[in-house]
Amino acid sequence: MPGLMLASAAGSDSQRTLYPYVTGTSVVGIKYKDGILLAADMGGSYGSTLRYKTVERMKPVGKHSIIGASGELSDFQEIMRYLDELILNDNMWDDGNSLGPKEVLNYLTRVMYNRRNKFNPLWNSLVLGGIKNGQKYLGTVSMIGVHYEDNHVATGFGNHLARPILRDEWHEDMTFEEGVKLLEKCMRVLLYRDRSAVNKLQIAKITEEGVTISQPYS
Amino acid sequence: MFRNQYDTDVTTWSPAGRLFQVEYAMEAVKQGSAAIGLRSKTHVVLACVNKASSELSSHQKKIFKVDDHIGVAIAGLTADGRVLSRYMRNECINYSYTYESPLPVGRLVVQLADKAQVCTQRSWKRPYGVGLLIGGLDESGAHLYYNCPSGNYFEYQAFAIGSRSQAAKTYLERKFETFVDSSRENLIKDALFALRETLQGEKLTSSNCTIAVLGIGEAFSTLDQETVQRLINEFEVVGEDPPAEASAAPDQSDGAEPGPAAAAAAAAADDDDQETPAADQGAAPMDI
Repeated sequence: MPGLMLASAAGSDSQRTLYPYVTGTSVVGIKYKDGILLAADMGGSYGSTLRYKTVERMKPVGKHSIIGASGELSDFQEIMRYLDELILNDNMWDDGNSLGPKEVLNYLTRVMYNRRNKFNPLWNSLVLGGIKNGQKYLGTVSMIGVHYEDNHVATGFGNHLARPILRDEWHEDMTFEEGVKLLEKCMRVLLYRDRSAVNKLQIAKITEEGVTISQPYS
Repeated sequence: MFRNQYDTDVTTWSPAGRLFQVEYAMEAVKQGSAAIGLRSKTHVVLACVNKASSELSSHQKKIFKVDDHIGVAIAGLTADGRVLSRYMRNECINYSYTYESPLPVGRLVVQLADKAQVCTQRSWKRPYGVGLLIGGLDESGAHLYYNCPSGNYFEYQAFAIGSRSQAAKTYLERKFETFVDSSRENLIKDALFALRETLQGEKLTSSNCTIAVLGIGEAFSTLDQETVQRLINEFEVVGEDPPAEASAAPDQSDGAEPGPAAAAAAAAADDDDQETPAADQGAAPMDI
């Protein structure tokens, strides 16, 4: 399995993630008519300081998926390395088969859970969305390996502030404009109420044609 | 024979550039009892002859389910075949566990081929003495592969291995163009016909053959003796002619027998018209 065996010295505690240092806040995701929409702000907090203002917390994964992360940003970069290796090996087969969003999320679940069992978690909550062969998929996995999929997901504060809005206002087959408006509403509430939120966000869209991550805006 | 000089171990080349041990391993496959595979766009059928060593004993299991979407038929050293089946099952389960998704059969085949190749390049090993016909599904549809002891693998529309497989291959070569769009039922019938060719005169009954099917929306399963016997009876009753041109009309068979029965009626003689209604009634839809 590519990159699953991390050689962490079991003895010295300094090798483990004890608490996160530079963190990203919520990610919100919804399914819409043509695929998935993800929204996340571009903030990287250093404790209570809003230290970094242009952090890309959403990235495409392969042809069919997009990942958004909250939590420790260096661990997110590590996860991206794992995923890049995974996608690379998948592409090297060159046989017409490719890993879809469901497969990627399950792979990540195995990674997260495995690390948690070694008491050395990747301190992230991840959202993974994608569409493959017309099948939309949106799921999330936490740092302890809890995973589930749904029509709308969020991490961190998004769970408490955004999801109630989504539960009321999300419906099947929203248009792109409706979806963006709904996500912007959620991000506005998060900006008001989450102290680690910053006023600069990106919206990511994934459809059968591919991934688009918007330019930052406020 | 001069080739005996260079055939002691697998890591010795002959001057003609051959590895005799690998070729001997492929001989072992040719000596095993026949196994046949054929595929359409949506289904794969595996069939094999069951040779019991004596009347008292049971026959060897030659068809294995590897996963819901992959099955394998073997010919040659069945013990080697069992070990490789276990390896394949393991790979499938591990992949499913990590990715919640079935392992694409093409990838499994390559892994297996690489495993076989290792045994052709270590002086302390010997090649696996078994040929595997692997039928499975992946994103691009149904596939049939043949894995050699040499570590080579090939994809086929239809193939036969084992003793007297040439007779089956001749039959398959005649008919293979119809397989792509064949219905599930016709594919099975073609498999039975091909199998009958390898028996060379011996009567084909459900006790000397095994048939397994898998397809899109249908998990791998071995047909039970009753069903197989019924199918055999059908074509023995209606006439010797295999379901020839009817396979060009796959939409005829939403699980119904009118397709092959109609074709057989067309192909068979007029006095068979009496029997086709009977065949129709006895022929319940194939969705077991």
